[in-house]
Amino acid sequence: MSEVAVVGFAQAPNVRRTPGTTNGVEMLVPVFHRLFAETGLSKQDIGFWCSGSSDYLAGRAFSFIAAVDAIGAFPPIMESHVEMDAAWALYEAWVKIRTGEAETALVYGFGKSSAGELRRIMAMQMDPYLVTPLWPDSVGVAGLQARLGIEQGLWTEADMAEVAAASRRAALSNPDAQLSGETTAEELLKQPYLADPLRAHDCAPITDGAAAIILASGDKARELSERPAWITGFEHRVDTPMLGARDLTTSPSTIAAAKAAGVDGVQVAELHAPFTHQDILLRQALGLGEEVRVNPSGGVLAGHPMFAAGLIRIGAAAAEIRAGRADKALAHATSGPLLQQNLVCVLEGR
Amino acid sequence: MVTISSEPLSAPLNVGFDYTRSLGPVLGRFATGLRGHTIAGVRGSDGRVLVPPAEYDPVTAEKLTEFVDVGTEGVVQTWSWNAQPLDGQPLSHAFAWALVKLDGADTGLLHAVDAGSPDKMSTGMRVRVRWAAEPVGSIRDIECFEPLDAEPVERQPVVGDDVTMLTTPIHLRYDHTASPEESRYLRGLAEGKLLGQRCPACDKVYIPPRGSCPTDGVPTEDEVELPDHGVVTTFCVVNVPFLGQRIKPPYVAAYILLDGADIPFLHLVLGCDAAEVRMGMRVRAQWRPRDQWGTTLENIDHFEPSGEPDAPYESYAQHL
Repeated sequence: MSEVAVVGFAQAPNVRRTPGTTNGVEMLVPVFHRLFAETGLSKQDIGFWCSGSSDYLAGRAFSFIAAVDAIGAFPPIMESHVEMDAAWALYEAWVKIRTGEAETALVYGFGKSSAGELRRIMAMQMDPYLVTPLWPDSVGVAGLQARLGIEQGLWTEADMAEVAAASRRAALSNPDAQLSGETTAEELLKQPYLADPLRAHDCAPITDGAAAIILASGDKARELSERPAWITGFEHRVDTPMLGARDLTTSPSTIAAAKAAGVDGVQVAELHAPFTHQDILLRQALGLGEEVRVNPSGGVLAGHPMFAAGLIRIGAAAAEIRAGRADKALAHATSGPLLQQNLVCVLEGR
Repeated sequence: MVTISSEPLSAPLNVGFDYTRSLGPVLGRFATGLRGHTIAGVRGSDGRVLVPPAEYDPVTAEKLTEFVDVGTEGVVQTWSWNAQPLDGQPLSHAFAWALVKLDGADTGLLHAVDAGSPDKMSTGMRVRVRWAAEPVGSIRDIECFEPLDAEPVERQPVVGDDVTMLTTPIHLRYDHTASPEESRYLRGLAEGKLLGQRCPACDKVYIPPRGSCPTDGVPTEDEVELPDHGVVTTFCVVNVPFLGQRIKPPYVAAYILLDGADIPFLHLVLGCDAAEVRMGMRVRAQWRPRDQWGTTLENIDHFEPSGEPDAPYESYAQHL
């Protein structure tokens, strides 16, 4: 089967609010143009297109069809879509190339979270019979998980604040970041609770954004990039949707995906942790030691465009490989409430 | 060129739908129980009592059938404080979200605890169900949980046929923004103008203009003011009445290709017998009185036959 590598990555600036439509066209067109300029490819060179987005976030049916306008889909293209983070669209594209159906693929994700009431819309991903009718908001539900870990001694509010401070410091070198700056855990802990035990800094910001990645197979990847980021492990697993029936202080699906993908020896990791305690939880679940650089981009606490944020983790990890700053990198993406479904992508330079 | 502000237009968009679902034997039994003030769990593959009940085991995916009634009091496993409740949540004043392990259960049930303030909340505290005033067979039949020292509220169970269906009203609010191109088009309409845009790559004129030419993937830029007359490319005669219909059937909905445009849009053709409408018929806009105009294509009430000779098929064959 074909080897597959990331050969291009671009994202729109992560911002609190864009004036554009919820179909993402205004954010995607410049992202595509940057990717084509970077790789020297044109739309005719792309064998397969796949996207991740959500109609509930957009407030309209088939919003991903409107987004196809950004491609200029003539002559007709081979195209697919997942109603989840575009990291899973990348998985579909990876399978397409692995099985020889395509030589190149462009994967994109977009989300205009500012159009609606994000933490309320997120109730739509819960069990529609027994949970969504209560409209549990994503921040309140995350607080349940954070407190379990605090009371079991797995992390403290100070540890969580340190994660937020580290994210903002790292994001100083990320021109697309929404939140960045010099701050300390002590300063952050002076802020009031948003949803006790969570403060605002514990929660990823509300972000509008979009991103895209180009994948290519074997020789094509070597032709397009001096140092492609080869995908050497790619797995995703899911835990039960019943929040009360699983151990919320760890992530069995992340552990299983990482084991299958083979993460030993990674030098850098980009984790999709929308809440500070989940950053700590994921490091513990993945067994990442002090020697592993985590979230050099600042991670999603510095900018969290829904349905693109997981894809951006893969793009950021690939950037570390392609720039020669690492030989083996881990990218993680999550979907569903409280890290229910998790994807691990291992990238290597040669 | 027409000088029009380029700030995008936006407006509130409220969408709603009553999702109606059948419950099946496991969730149906749980819902029926709640209406009668009992709480059913189910025994999982590992012997744990799962509440709410699962149809299939969360780990082994085995079909689960052994129901176990559990208590209506329990213990808080974890909680978070919700200082500003959102629409639709169990309580409209501040409350705690909690996982509550009911007596006899082995898993936590997500619900609200009406504790008054966060300092009244603690992990391990005991709480009891406060039943809803009008139970219907839903998780909302539990109004919330409350600390044991709260004044009990007397509420009556309901007995009746098994609950088989669940209706969940979903209402979501958005701020819908038109694209910059659509905004110019809509503002043009408010002045009685029909503004399209030409794709710089393929020269096609789109009305409404698009953020990106769907053929070429580039923004449409050059503005083109179009006349308010054109040709019927294709049409259908509406004979079927439906909810919200504003015109008495039969009437004609047609694709109108304005002269100079490369894409037709949908509008009404009135002012003649429905049977007279045909492909190639030339039509002209009938505008509403100017004092009723807004940023909408509804400023054109409908199109009417102009009386000119029909357009030859070849002139619009590429626009069907």
